[in-house]
Amino acid sequence: MANTFELIASSTVGSGGSANIDFTSIPSTYTDLVLKVSGRQGAENAFDITFNGATTSYVVRRLQGNGSSASFSDGSGTTTAIRVIGIASSGSTANTFGNSEIYIPNYAGSNNKSVSIDAVNEDNAAEAYMNLAAGIRSNTAAINQITITPRAGSLAEYSTAYLYGIKNS
Amino acid sequence: MSRPTRIEVNCETGVETIIELTDEEIAQREVDAAAFAAAEAERTAAAEALAALKTSAKAKLVAGTPLTEEEAATLVI
Repeated sequence: MANTFELIASSTVGSGGSANIDFTSIPSTYTDLVLKVSGRQGAENAFDITFNGATTSYVVRRLQGNGSSASFSDGSGTTTAIRVIGIASSGSTANTFGNSEIYIPNYAGSNNKSVSIDAVNEDNAAEAYMNLAAGIRSNTAAINQITITPRAGSLAEYSTAYLYGIKNS
Repeated sequence: MSRPTRIEVNCETGVETIIELTDEEIAQREVDAAAFAAAEAERTAAAEALAALKTSAKAKLVAGTPLTEEEAATLVI
């Protein structure tokens, strides 16, 4: 059971937007990481997460609902990043932002790096995606950098990312 | 037109830096956007084709007419 939930760093996108948010020099002193993203971007409702700047060896599996049906997705076989369907797009209701929480256990350990994701893309319309996903990067290096990159265009002004560290002792 | 930027947050120092994208990064973004658009078009076309096959298969089942192999495949798990 976690007894520490501590903000490591955060960022809020300013006017003009941002191509990505990059958390660097993440300390290895925690047990797990939690990344919370609230965002809006261009034409697509997804963003990518990569570790240590690497774009290989990722896999994600997703159970999702869109407001009328449920489905499974393997992320279209994407291996270049952990893809998260959890951000509002330009087609979403104005001034709405998607929300996602990405849990990264044992990020500083020497095993492959798994993640669990709880995300909604938010849209006051008939179709809005919500999903639970599991992902992994098959690489044993400790995570010291996390990059959040929208799939289309830039992160809109007021998009936020918060990175927390969790200790279990 | 202003150049696109990205945000870098150093978690050790807490310093946030806004950095202009390089020409290579901008070019890569354009390549990625084009690839994404093409993949989306392909995915949409495949979904529409499957929906059309299912509709056709259902209509033929109701009418009692033979299904094509492709139509039958949409009904058999």
